[in-house]
Amino acid sequence: MEASLDTGTLFLILAAAVATYLTRVGGYVLITRMKSIPPRVEAALNAVPAAVLTTLVAPAFFTGGWDVKIAMLVALAVALRFPGLVMLAAGWVAVMVCRHLFGL
Amino acid sequence: MNRSDVKDGLRGGLIIALSSAPFGVLFGAVAVDNGLSFLETLLMSATVYAGASQLVGIELFGQRVEPWLVVLSIFAVNFRHILYSAALAKYIRHYSPLQKFLAFFLLVDPQFAEGIRRGESGEGVSFSWYLGFGTVIYVSWSISTMIGAWFGKMIGDPTAIGIDILLPVYFLGMVLAFRSRWGFVPVVAASAAGSVAAYHFVGSPWHVSLGAAAGILVATLLPLQAKSEPDAAVEAEG
Repeated sequence: MEASLDTGTLFLILAAAVATYLTRVGGYVLITRMKSIPPRVEAALNAVPAAVLTTLVAPAFFTGGWDVKIAMLVALAVALRFPGLVMLAAGWVAVMVCRHLFGL
Repeated sequence: MNRSDVKDGLRGGLIIALSSAPFGVLFGAVAVDNGLSFLETLLMSATVYAGASQLVGIELFGQRVEPWLVVLSIFAVNFRHILYSAALAKYIRHYSPLQKFLAFFLLVDPQFAEGIRRGESGEGVSFSWYLGFGTVIYVSWSISTMIGAWFGKMIGDPTAIGIDILLPVYFLGMVLAFRSRWGFVPVVAASAAGSVAAYHFVGSPWHVSLGAAAGILVATLLPLQAKSEPDAAVEAEG
């Protein structure tokens, strides 16, 4: 494996880094320009975490096979009572059992 | 710097660091497999520092997609961060300019989720806590990327050892952490429907921004929360 830096690739990575940084600073800049935050905007902001994170979950569930669906449902049930790492472990065990014992 | 806040941050960050490490390893392995050098792989993790978008970017890079399109896709996947910094704004206003500069650089999903939770619970989002929490995750992300880039070829098929399930389960846990919030069920339902529809009809990565927009739109249309009874109705469903 080589430890080289290709100029084109370097620029691509740095452009991606700048683009990402702009998304991270952008919301703060926009919201602090507003004098007071209207209640509807506040409601929208409050919904952001669940709304965004759901889009990382739902397609994975619906496009996944039975192994993925079962594992995610198991993880969901476990998450209602136990902390995050237990949930992660439960999901992993479930998917491994589905794949290697039941051949799903 | 407040020592107990730093410690709190380090401890909380360690859990995230451990659960995100497999994805760092996965990214490192995939990146080298798609033609990045070891140094380029590490540089990407250290400067972009946004796991999902890095995986999307490297996938497109491997397919020899035009560079500007790779950058645009990374921007699209990361677009949600605009909402993060807007929502966090009221808790980090007191940071100095340099502290803000660093804080935005470290603003990854769990940093946001835990930061907003601390802000809302009244614990406060001190810079000491923020930096402690963020540094552990950042360092772990870089190290796990290097491990993946070194040993990439030895990992083999990620589905055979169940690595692929970790990311969606991890995000599912983060969604559930907000389940006592006003309007949680309709917002999640709208985002789920919106993202699945966008995934089918528009394609990845646009399902993230479009699905989120659906959920946020529903949130703005819901009747406003009565100040006197916080979250009671939703608590019963959760």
